[in-house]
Amino acid sequence: MSAERRIRIVVAKPGLDGHDVGAKVVVRALMDAGFEVIYTGLRQPPEAVARIALEEDVDVIALSSMAGSHLPFCQRLKPLLEEAGLSDKLWIIGGNLPRQDHDALRTLGFKGVFPTGSKLGDIVGFIRENVT
Amino acid sequence: MNDRLKPAQKPAPNAGRRAVVNESGIEIKPLYTAEDVEASGGFGFIGKPGEFPFVRGIHPLMYRHRPFTMRQYTGFGNPVQTNQRFKYLIANGQTGLNVAFDLPTQIGLDSDDPLAWGEVGRVGMAVDSLRDFEIAFDGIDLDKITVSLTINGAAPQLIAMFLAMGEKRGYDAKKLRGTAQNDILKEFIGRGTWIYPVEPSIKLVGDTIEFCAKEAPKYSPVSVCGYHIRESGANPAQEMAYAFCIAKAYADEVLARGLDIDEFAGRLSFNFNIFGNIFEQVCKFRAARGLWAKIMKEQYGAKDPGSMWMRMIAGGGGGGLTFEQPEVNIVRGAYYALISALAGAQTMALCCYDEAYTIPSEYAQRISLRTMQLLPEEMGLADTVDPLAGSYYVETLTNDMRRKMEEVMAEVDRQGGIVKLVAEGAIQSQVSAQAYRMQQDIESGAFPKVGVNRYRSESEEEHEVKMHPYNEEDTRMQVESLNRVRAERDAARAKAALARVGADARTGANVMPAIMDAVKAYATVGEITQELAKVYGRYREPIRF
Repeated sequence: MSAERRIRIVVAKPGLDGHDVGAKVVVRALMDAGFEVIYTGLRQPPEAVARIALEEDVDVIALSSMAGSHLPFCQRLKPLLEEAGLSDKLWIIGGNLPRQDHDALRTLGFKGVFPTGSKLGDIVGFIRENVT
Repeated sequence: MNDRLKPAQKPAPNAGRRAVVNESGIEIKPLYTAEDVEASGGFGFIGKPGEFPFVRGIHPLMYRHRPFTMRQYTGFGNPVQTNQRFKYLIANGQTGLNVAFDLPTQIGLDSDDPLAWGEVGRVGMAVDSLRDFEIAFDGIDLDKITVSLTINGAAPQLIAMFLAMGEKRGYDAKKLRGTAQNDILKEFIGRGTWIYPVEPSIKLVGDTIEFCAKEAPKYSPVSVCGYHIRESGANPAQEMAYAFCIAKAYADEVLARGLDIDEFAGRLSFNFNIFGNIFEQVCKFRAARGLWAKIMKEQYGAKDPGSMWMRMIAGGGGGGLTFEQPEVNIVRGAYYALISALAGAQTMALCCYDEAYTIPSEYAQRISLRTMQLLPEEMGLADTVDPLAGSYYVETLTNDMRRKMEEVMAEVDRQGGIVKLVAEGAIQSQVSAQAYRMQQDIESGAFPKVGVNRYRSESEEEHEVKMHPYNEEDTRMQVESLNRVRAERDAARAKAALARVGADARTGANVMPAIMDAVKAYATVGEITQELAKVYGRYREPIRF
């Protein structure tokens, strides 16, 4: 990608979960880091996440999940992102993600997994390193 | 052991001279004397327990008469499983119930709705119809165990279900006690289980208050929550101030219908958070109790002392607990419970040590319950009323905290009022900016969190928590049960009742009588929500940073 273009990120709240404190904190950190951020707001079904990611021409698709439905959601999101031609984008997820699920999330294509306790600087750094 | 720990940060050599400012922005002095109390406004606004302005407590004898109710937040899977956990907690000495519902129920979706997929029974109990309430509360004596329903967007349906279930079991609705959270304005700020736009959402809260004032006068239809606003980033003074602004908005809605303030204000209750600095928290509650009494008496002309009472559950504390070194949360919880007892809470609940990870285990819930039981039974917290009263520090800080809350409330009014600020997303933006600053301060170490930014442990086994299992089979059973209800109910009666819900919503009448009929006809949460949404529309979240 060209040097002029800033990294574009969609931050989505998947499913019915209403806990958006963390998502909004991450949005602010990504904005402060100089990225362009599109925040979806609450209650996005997988179809909406894929559609917004495509329409907004993003480099990074980031999910924030606190209410435990991350695996079923990501299982449905993966084929939709693939169909939309977004397999080459960076997929990351943060939130209440038990360690036992991290491998499954990575296998589904979520290269960055940021459970509770992750640092904002680590998320920013990971995006810089992995968006090419 | 030590080699796994990072070296602790030494306190700065001039720590004693460094300014100490509490989260609400009040500078704390190293020493308080009688002069400080005088300078802050004196002892004049304290009064006696059970008397205006109720700073020292809403009852003359407080816990000497009756200790706080213990009410752990509980619910998962289907009503059968939740009923078992309720009975376990009651058998262990719990004195009230606080029901957690799954997300589909909270936002008005039935368990077979495509949008509910993967979420049925996950973060709370699934409820579709009155049948689920009959199962969930089976064998529980509603005269002895009061029930609090943590429900907001779908509160009209669930309040109706609770009253209908009680009636069916032979309880008199006029005497039935209980509480619904039913504070929709804070859902727009934090927690997020809104359904309809702001204005009709407030109208529905008004409907429930008006309906209960007439039909179920002992029931508390609203518990106004500073709790989740605090979790979303508000400081303690803002927590109380925003909650009072919201409570006033509901009171105004009901007064506009011609009710007298004393007909309903006594059944308004509150839900507040307890994490943070012990003295700031205790003074927050003492100050707020006086402020609410003053607002009700002076601004609303309440005459009944009950209308002036800030009745509260003060509990939880989730925002103060940590994912790191989860066992330390047991100790934090004990301090939080102490805060709640010193503050004169009517009801207490504690977040469990494993709650940053999962639905709490029975083991974790029992520890929280025992933590609360220790205070009145071993530690003397029920012996005397408001034991911190008269301390120079506590009385000064109580006066200072009240002034802070008044400043925040005046600022809300100056900017156009809480309803406008919430509808525009202004409060959301403000607290989320504060949450971001707090996260930065925690990451930099400027705001101390033990186990997070000091005394960290890199040992994996210190993070071991047993995860609550989620079973797809429970969803299938819930959907089967829902299908059975739909097949067995009087279809014509349910259809007619639902039509009346929509018709009453269109005319602007109070929809509660129609919703009562609909739930008694086994109309579902989702069906009733759809009728209302056809008239009211659905909320669109303002995105604002």
